[in-house]
Amino acid sequence: MTSELLSLAPLLLFWFFSISSSVFDALIKESRRFTFGYSLVGLAMVVIAALCVPIFGHSGTAFNDMIRVGGTTVYFDVLFALGGILTIVTARPYLQKMNYELDEFYTLVMYAIGGMLLMAHSNHMVVVFIGIEIMSICFYVLAGYIRTSSLSVEAALKYFLLGAFASGFLVYGMALIYGATGSMEYGPVAAVVSQGSEFPTLLLVGIGLIVVGLSFKVAAFPFHSWVPDVYQGAPSVVTGFMSTAGKAAAFAAFLPLMMILMPGPDMERVQTLLAVIAAASMLYGNISALRQNNVKRMLAYSSIAHAGYIMIGIVTGTDFGESAMMFYLAAYLFMQLGAFVIIGILENREGGFVSLDDYAGLAKHQPTLAALMAVFLFSLTGIPPLAGFFAKYYLFYAAVEAGFTWLTIVGVASSIISVYFYLGLVVQMYFREPAEGFVAPQVKTGMAGITLLVTTVAVFLLGLYPAMVQSVTDALAMLR
Amino acid sequence: MALLPVLLLPLLGAVALMFVDRTAVKGIKMTALIFSILTFIASLAAFLGFDHGSGDFQYLVDWTWITSLDAGFRIGADGMAILLVMLTTVIMPVAILTSFSSIKKSEKLYYVMLMLLQFGMTGVFLALDTFLFYVFWEVILIPMYFIIGIWGGQNRIYASIKFFLYTMFGSLLMLIAIIWLGFHGDPSGGGFTANLLTLRDVGPSIPMETQQWLFLAFALSFAIKVPLFPLHTWLPDAHVQAPTAGSVILAGVLLKLGTYGLIRFNLELFPQASYYFADAMCVLAVIGVIYGALVAMVQTDIKKLVAYSSVSHMGFIVLGIFSMTTAGLQGAIIQMVNHGLSTGMLFLCVGALYERRHTREIEDYGGVMARMPRFGVIFGIAMLASVGLPGLNGFVGEFLTLLGAYNAPALDGNVWYTVFAASGVILAAVYLLKMYNGVMFGPINNTKNESLTDMTRSEAWQLVPLAALCFWIGLFPNTFLDYSKASTEQLVEKVESFLPGGSGYAMEAAESTTAGTSDDH
Repeated sequence: MTSELLSLAPLLLFWFFSISSSVFDALIKESRRFTFGYSLVGLAMVVIAALCVPIFGHSGTAFNDMIRVGGTTVYFDVLFALGGILTIVTARPYLQKMNYELDEFYTLVMYAIGGMLLMAHSNHMVVVFIGIEIMSICFYVLAGYIRTSSLSVEAALKYFLLGAFASGFLVYGMALIYGATGSMEYGPVAAVVSQGSEFPTLLLVGIGLIVVGLSFKVAAFPFHSWVPDVYQGAPSVVTGFMSTAGKAAAFAAFLPLMMILMPGPDMERVQTLLAVIAAASMLYGNISALRQNNVKRMLAYSSIAHAGYIMIGIVTGTDFGESAMMFYLAAYLFMQLGAFVIIGILENREGGFVSLDDYAGLAKHQPTLAALMAVFLFSLTGIPPLAGFFAKYYLFYAAVEAGFTWLTIVGVASSIISVYFYLGLVVQMYFREPAEGFVAPQVKTGMAGITLLVTTVAVFLLGLYPAMVQSVTDALAMLR
Repeated sequence: MALLPVLLLPLLGAVALMFVDRTAVKGIKMTALIFSILTFIASLAAFLGFDHGSGDFQYLVDWTWITSLDAGFRIGADGMAILLVMLTTVIMPVAILTSFSSIKKSEKLYYVMLMLLQFGMTGVFLALDTFLFYVFWEVILIPMYFIIGIWGGQNRIYASIKFFLYTMFGSLLMLIAIIWLGFHGDPSGGGFTANLLTLRDVGPSIPMETQQWLFLAFALSFAIKVPLFPLHTWLPDAHVQAPTAGSVILAGVLLKLGTYGLIRFNLELFPQASYYFADAMCVLAVIGVIYGALVAMVQTDIKKLVAYSSVSHMGFIVLGIFSMTTAGLQGAIIQMVNHGLSTGMLFLCVGALYERRHTREIEDYGGVMARMPRFGVIFGIAMLASVGLPGLNGFVGEFLTLLGAYNAPALDGNVWYTVFAASGVILAAVYLLKMYNGVMFGPINNTKNESLTDMTRSEAWQLVPLAALCFWIGLFPNTFLDYSKASTEQLVEKVESFLPGGSGYAMEAAESTTAGTSDDH
């Protein structure tokens, strides 16, 4: 029991901090300054606790096999906590600029991360569901956080309605799988599935519904229709957080679920389904992004494409695919978050300065921000020696290894398409002059500078020395 | 280890430039120039210490990098690579010098980009690891994109994006090929490697059908860079829009990355597939030679004319490579150097004229010789070197490639390749002489040409050393041919052994039947 609690330390610690943080919200007047620091401390503790798990704790399951602890969960704990820290640090100056630094923001972010942790730790479908709901509800609120902005409110409502719908699919799928296998726990389900379920049709429909529900959460085609509006309407820091840590969490739940549901007699069918979703997401996301004039929308569409890339990792069903996916999620977290931080810094109080034309000649009046943005964009394009390149290389490698060369070719083709719009922004920033009568905005970087520093260093480090992360993942994989 | 400073000094230069204040333009220029000259000296040391007799890679460095993918920091140079590295280090100081007067905005970013460009180009020539090769290959893209896009002419945005998309298209296909190839690194199956030295040995044992696909993926990527007809359309745009230094580097070094890749990967790794596609590649090369020349003939813009002449001249190189003979390959290597020098000079001359008159139309000039006699001599040397006049460098390369193609068993001894390609030499004489005639001779019709000033000292520093090299290669080609001799002979020997009638041919056939089933990734 003690070792069980020790290995669950990150989770328990985290929930202690989030719940107490909401208590403080209620007790202290003007609690935001306190909860800001408090949540940062909490997240830092989670990182430390997670890193200690391999030393003190043990891997395995806990709480009647509901919760799982192992190498991958440690990895995701750290990833989510890092994403949270970077978001919170950036959020403060952003919200102050927007005049919307209300007390509960940091607590909401904390709860969202709590949901993510549950998703990554789940060993039981109900836990997945609870985690997803906790995270999503926080996201609904966060998306509509700027409540005087109609775009923000629209984003929240749209996200909420469609999200609730998707959750319905997910629960339905889980119920059918329970019907087909008699359990919702990963171990027993896997045992039944791999032997060929008693009710193959029921199982197959169940898997299909789960794929639908989770594809919605990771923002894959054709369940993406909420993405552009939500990503555009939500405050930039929130979008950055949702599209990186949120996506990573959804994949952290997606992968183990598919790992138990795929290897049955219908393996090929499920793989094909996922491969088609991946291919369609990559192509659709990148092609649609070509026509966008709003930077946030453009990155929203591109995030659909990235969901497709990441899904390749699930399709392969191999260890390589899994670690490639995990690497990609880390790389994506840093590059996408970095890009959104810059968007947030440049955005003005009315939510303007987000169109491509506004970025014309940015290199003239904001050389540093433009250079960093270019780095993030090149990384998203997948140009060495940046993180995005190695992430793609690794994924394509896994796909070729698993015999999905065609998927690699689709991935490459869509990457070529993506070059055009990512470069389009670079063209605006560097090759064009600002429009006439353009007044350079007052830009305050503040604490967001820390985030930018961390993300930039990470983007270079992950690209130049990917072995570093790999040795970590390899070491953690031993834990399993 | 002698190659490390050659590779890393430009990178160091880029880093050093970042610490120079961006208003201190003079300091920026000097830092860039000093680093490029230091690199030249470092490369000269490596060049002089190079062992001619050996065809193997020298100065090997092998550091582990990403163990799980067996990708390492592996560099080294054989006779072919060292010549091209020398070309790079010679061209770069010249390109930097010519930028002093022509680049007048964001100087700091500009010279950082030039340094990064040199870093990437040297890296491509030296990389002995497919992963590292790809990284360098892509690293080149970004600085060149910025150089065209920020400091280019009127239509620069279009040209830069076109350049980027074309190259990216090719290189991503190459990426798939690199991964696919890596899985063949262990003939028993299962292993993955990015080590080019291993892949060189196992390459020929890859089943023929796989080889063909891999060949096509690599060849497409390299053919875009060369550029081989019909993938050349980005080149005239990029050349015309790029600033002078950009054009010089583009023509001087960047195009050679493509032909170098064709030798290093296509020919060396997939000899059987190369044999299979030799005819097709040579046909495209010859079409390129003639097409480039014909299009150059009707150009009124000098820079465009030189750009199309590049398409024509690069065709000779590809022809030489896929003739798969020692003469052809030697010719291809020396022609890469020659083209770098002579076309680089031509672009410098065009740049010098443009800076004085801000036009590149031939008809705006005429009678320039009377005002710029010294410039006229150098321009003439560059032009004649490009034409292929005996005694100058172009002749050696073109002669050898044509000779190689004439005797080539890979082309079934078909003489028509040589016949048609040789007509390209004649056409080159026509359009280049016509251009030179139109610009330099005749009466001065345009009064603006009255006040032209002759070559400045800076221009002389750029052009005279290159002209001297043109003479050197033209008169004593063996100084340079000796370097690549052992490597090319070794390569041709290897390639021939896997062709019908060669010693490795039967062995390969037996191997591919056993490996064919398990190797099918």
